[in-house]
Amino acid sequence: MATVPTNLVLILAGVLFGLGLLGVLARRNLVFVLMSVEIMLNAAVLAFAAAGARWHQPDGQVLILFILVTAAAEVSVGLPLVLRIHRKFETVDSDEVSLLRG
Amino acid sequence: MTILFYAAALVSIVTGVLVITRRNAMHAVVYLILLLLSIALMLYTLGAAFVAALQVIIYAGAIVVLFVFAVMMLNLGEAQEIRERQWLSGWFWVPALILTGVLGGLTIYALASPGPTIQGAPVSPKEVGRSLYQTYLLGVELASVLLLAGLVSAFHFGVFHRGGEKEQDGDRPD
Repeated sequence: MATVPTNLVLILAGVLFGLGLLGVLARRNLVFVLMSVEIMLNAAVLAFAAAGARWHQPDGQVLILFILVTAAAEVSVGLPLVLRIHRKFETVDSDEVSLLRG
Repeated sequence: MTILFYAAALVSIVTGVLVITRRNAMHAVVYLILLLLSIALMLYTLGAAFVAALQVIIYAGAIVVLFVFAVMMLNLGEAQEIRERQWLSGWFWVPALILTGVLGGLTIYALASPGPTIQGAPVSPKEVGRSLYQTYLLGVELASVLLLAGLVSAFHFGVFHRGGEKEQDGDRPD
């Protein structure tokens, strides 16, 4: 097993989370927003792995399994939503989907 | 092992930047696969071999396949790439970069000291299985209910009405 400082792994998870956050904030294409959310979830996976490795407990891996399940459910609902939006609005621009505005 | 971890960390950061800055959605999906594989390698070097395998199978093997299907079905094409070049011009990134920079700076400041070192034996799948079936049994059942909800929602959103999309005020449930 690798000998790494725990906080370094957590900082790496934070950097990856920030990259995903950057993608969510700055991209207009809805598919890219979903992909950036996946990056953020993977950053959380890394943080849980660091915690589980630091304390030598299986709880970190169990929670990673739950994150995996959550990501699968979220993607399986989010992607058909994006497809329906594309069918209805003819675009995947998140700025165009603004029927509730005003 | 430690070298593997640092190499995978470098790959993950580079591919993370590449995913969020691509114009073509398919290219971004491929870089997302690389990111997931690098995270799986990091999981393995941190002793979590079980979830490293699960990450490859479920995340890179099923969730990314869903993304590939969606990107292919959307079939956005060349016109979308030109639009993306306009959308990705410099000033769009500035507010996001400022906010993310503040968040990242706070994280690094909070975790400034190296802290305890990760070392020792990996956590075996046997312990994970025992924990799943004893401590986290309720969580496993709730996860299966969540997957059922996702399945039903995906079916509801995905079913194609033969009469075409004529509703103007939203979709009624069938």
